[in-house]
Amino acid sequence: MLHIDEIQNGIVIDHIKAGTAIGLMGLLGIKQHTGASVALIQNARSNKAASGRKDIIKVEGEYSWLNLDVLAYLDPNITVTIIQDGKPVKKEKPQPPRRLVNIVRCHNPRCISSIEEECEQIFEMSSNGKYRCIYCEQELTVKPE
Amino acid sequence: MRHLIDPLDFSKQEINALLDLADSICADPAAYQEVANQKKLATLFYEPSTRTRLSFEAAMLNLGGHVLGFPSDNVSSAAKGESVADTIRTVSCYADIAAMRHPKEGAPLRASRYSRIPVINAGDGGHQHPTQTMTDLMTIRGRKGRLENLTIGLCGDLKFGRTVHSLIKTMARYEGIRFILISPSELRVPDYIVKDVLEAGGIPYREVLSLEEAMPELDILYMTRVQRERFFNEEDYIRLKDSYILTGKQMSLAKPDMAVLHPLPRVNEIALDVDDDPRAAYFQQVQNGVYVRMALIMTLLGLKDPKAEKEAN
Repeated sequence: MLHIDEIQNGIVIDHIKAGTAIGLMGLLGIKQHTGASVALIQNARSNKAASGRKDIIKVEGEYSWLNLDVLAYLDPNITVTIIQDGKPVKKEKPQPPRRLVNIVRCHNPRCISSIEEECEQIFEMSSNGKYRCIYCEQELTVKPE
Repeated sequence: MRHLIDPLDFSKQEINALLDLADSICADPAAYQEVANQKKLATLFYEPSTRTRLSFEAAMLNLGGHVLGFPSDNVSSAAKGESVADTIRTVSCYADIAAMRHPKEGAPLRASRYSRIPVINAGDGGHQHPTQTMTDLMTIRGRKGRLENLTIGLCGDLKFGRTVHSLIKTMARYEGIRFILISPSELRVPDYIVKDVLEAGGIPYREVLSLEEAMPELDILYMTRVQRERFFNEEDYIRLKDSYILTGKQMSLAKPDMAVLHPLPRVNEIALDVDDDPRAAYFQQVQNGVYVRMALIMTLLGLKDPKAEKEAN
């Protein structure tokens, strides 16, 4: 079995749907932080996941730059555990944020955000729990890969 | 600072106050002819318009104010690629209030985030048209004496019809409203209206294909044009453009006090013989549009109602 050392201080993002963690790297901001110490475990065994597999991301050291808001939107099963001195001190499921800012693009070609320079891509949660573009109100249906 | 971007930006009480003011202006327009002295309205129209632009300009002129602006994007710096955000920052230096029409959805909202003056959405793509809705409400209230307990049929292009979306959103807040949505399946009301407004609010509605079937139930029939400019594919437009044509024969199926509204322009969806029917309210809507926009300009600029002041004295 694949073995990766436990981290001493940092964060573990667990129960990621198997095969999707690589796609998450950019959204979390990991791709932009090339100096960060990161482990990505793909298709680890899982007793909880229906597929029997999951992905895990571990970040050693400072992690405040991680864009964790995106996690609950992407996958409600994901858990986040904070590690200090080798021990888990806080474990939680991220709550879906009220708004997503510059995480995903609106794909409506009739939306002002499709042509306007420097236009922030903003989605807000609507009354039925779906995210809608604040400009055109189109529902966000496609999750980034 | 207040803007009017979405029809729900105004509460029911604020809408009632706006309509009361519009009625007051309608009853005595001369009393309001100097209310907006020295004020300037900018009409920023990136898309052609007859009624909305001219009625905004007439409204400001009727109030004693001035107007400036552009009637299409090719005579403004938009043709050079200027953003909406930069345009409104510039216009904020010239005018006291702006009305914006834009083919892209959400453009007036984008403008309002960068503006130092009130922005009015004068229609954004197929999205919303709140000042048309205020006009519709004034007409409905004038004809029926109420905004509650009405069966409203909306017919034609319910997908791209921004006036339809704004009207449903607004009327859904009143008691006892029932909608009958009459359209070809390709032009159904968009998902965000069905899910977030009708279903979320428990508003009774029915989607039907036949106008004749719905006619006897209606208190209001809101006809719309199938809009060529919203289609990416000309073939689809040609196939759907004549889906519904209201004629005198169909009017014979309707209640004697029903009112027919249309945001105009029409092409052929209302036959000319309906114009003489007393239930045709669409040209009255046009007149009401000026009064409502006068009331809106006064409200957003915080201008005092001279008649209310006189009555108080």
